[in-house]
Amino acid sequence: MTHPVLSVRNLRVEFPTRRELLHAIDGVSFDIARGEVLGVVGESGAGKSVTGLAVIGLIDPPGRISGGEIWLSGMRIDNLPPEELRRVRGKRIGMIFQDPLTSLNPLYRIGDQLVETIRTHLPLSPAAARKRAIDLLAEVGIPGPEKRIDAYPHEFSGGMRQRVVIALAICAEPELIIADEPTTALDVSVQAQIIALIKRLGRDHGTAVMLVTHDMGVIAETSDRVAVMYSGRIAEIGPVRDVVQHPLHPYAKGLMGAIPTLASESTRLVQIPGSMPRLSAIPPGCAFNPRCDFAFERCRVERPELIRQGTQDVACHLYDRDSKEHAA
Amino acid sequence: MLAFTLRRALQAVGVMIAVGIISFVMFRFAGDPVNQLVSIDTSAAQRAEIRKSLGLDDPVLVQFARYFADAAQFKFGVSYQFRQPVAQLLKERMPATLELASVATVLAMTFGIMIGVYTALRRNSWLAGVLQAISLIGISLPTFLIGILLIYLFAVVLGWLPSFGRGDVVRIGWWTTGLLTVSGLKALIMPSITLGLFQMTLIMRLVRAEMLEVLRTDYIRFARARGLTTRAIHFGHALKNTLVPVITVAGLQFGSVIAFAIITETVFQWPGMGLLFVQAVQSVDIPIMAAYLLVVSLIFVTINLVVDILYTIVDPRLHHTISRGA
Repeated sequence: MTHPVLSVRNLRVEFPTRRELLHAIDGVSFDIARGEVLGVVGESGAGKSVTGLAVIGLIDPPGRISGGEIWLSGMRIDNLPPEELRRVRGKRIGMIFQDPLTSLNPLYRIGDQLVETIRTHLPLSPAAARKRAIDLLAEVGIPGPEKRIDAYPHEFSGGMRQRVVIALAICAEPELIIADEPTTALDVSVQAQIIALIKRLGRDHGTAVMLVTHDMGVIAETSDRVAVMYSGRIAEIGPVRDVVQHPLHPYAKGLMGAIPTLASESTRLVQIPGSMPRLSAIPPGCAFNPRCDFAFERCRVERPELIRQGTQDVACHLYDRDSKEHAA
Repeated sequence: MLAFTLRRALQAVGVMIAVGIISFVMFRFAGDPVNQLVSIDTSAAQRAEIRKSLGLDDPVLVQFARYFADAAQFKFGVSYQFRQPVAQLLKERMPATLELASVATVLAMTFGIMIGVYTALRRNSWLAGVLQAISLIGISLPTFLIGILLIYLFAVVLGWLPSFGRGDVVRIGWWTTGLLTVSGLKALIMPSITLGLFQMTLIMRLVRAEMLEVLRTDYIRFARARGLTTRAIHFGHALKNTLVPVITVAGLQFGSVIAFAIITETVFQWPGMGLLFVQAVQSVDIPIMAAYLLVVSLIFVTINLVVDILYTIVDPRLHHTISRGA
């Protein structure tokens, strides 16, 4: 039996504050298969990045995983002791952060950072690790890697630095790459190159990719499946084509409708009225109900679970047979 | 890089000229030097003679040029009270001060960095809290008080360490050192702790603050995401980035350690330049005071220059902007 590369089950992450307990992630479940790219979208604060950090075990204290399970190729990793989790990070899960300008240590040559990471995870001699580092730089598309390996991070442009960051993330051939807004800090022209690179690497190595972004365009280009997050929960998840073209959840509909197209005739940009609730004020029932045009009594009381609708799963009472009858 | 070094060196010369003016002015405003040299019953004719022989009749600018030319060759005149060349006096006293200041700085750096890193990495432990509290005391207690407390405890009550002086010294060329004899080392303990304590607490608090700052940066988070060992992250990546500003402060502080040595040397009757300066102030021995000002400034300016250059070596980004000619 084959396991999905990543399987997250009912994940909950909480942040204790002085006054209350905030639930940043509240019961999130999804799988990513080998070679698959899962896009995770949502507004700022929806819990996209926290989900990624929870998987790799880097939630900043006092935040912590308070429930659920995370499985990596059939091995449970959310309850590993710190030292074993460290061995998983970088070796089996690679992570790419948003800002390539600040992701690299400015005082070390990129070659030293690569060799250090490679030798942490693989039993290679310094010379062999350096050779591998040069190959990696070539693979992520850095011209003249034999020379550039001895350069400092500040000697690279933003796009080139993100390539170095990607080389660092894949240097031990991880099964899973978590890319947290990998293109947000880059020029539009460079964004497409980086996206193409991540996609190619995923395909060539059979790596599963979790791509966190708020850019629907990036998701549409790269992902096989997409998860729409809202207030720490998954509102809708399914194949990217279906979710983009026929969103089911009222929030997903609003999100897709808010993408401006050149063809549309209206001069006003579409927007979803209101804003996402703060973590300290998530309403009972469906978190989206105050902004939802279709909300009815049940939405204000009972939290919707994911319901299968064709190829998509949607957390909305509108698609529940019981409430349909009820509403009718 | 060379242009940068040269420019900084020129700036340093500028500072030294400014200090030279100030120390020259001291002679002119701190009373008539002739009165300091002669007794009450010296006749006016004799006074005029001395004035002439010392060149005090010449125009101010000429006097300043002469003073400056002499100072550049370390000729600082003759001390009123010791009747010896000031340069000779300073040269005799300098090893004691430099040795004390160096040992104090090494102590302060070593313990300051160690304790700073510890309190940053284990900031919730009780020991870190205690060390933080003690550092507050160290930063707020005046040096002389700490010195006197140490003398009371270790010299008067326990009798383990000498309460004053430098112990036996060994002469190496013109340099005298107390580092090679047991009594010299014993005599060095309390003064260097007294002198270094403030620096140590300063460095410790700086290291702690910088380290906490660095541990929050994206590249440390990325280093964790790459699965590097905690040891490599803390003592490789974080510490190196922490030390860049710490080197600057510690380097610049070495100058003030030498200057602050005045108080420590007075408390412990340490035969260094600081004690010489205090004695000079008491007897209005202006040549010594002026020379001390110049020498300490020279040390300050030199350290500044060295720190600037070191900085560019440690931080490759600066090296880059400088070689671009920024």
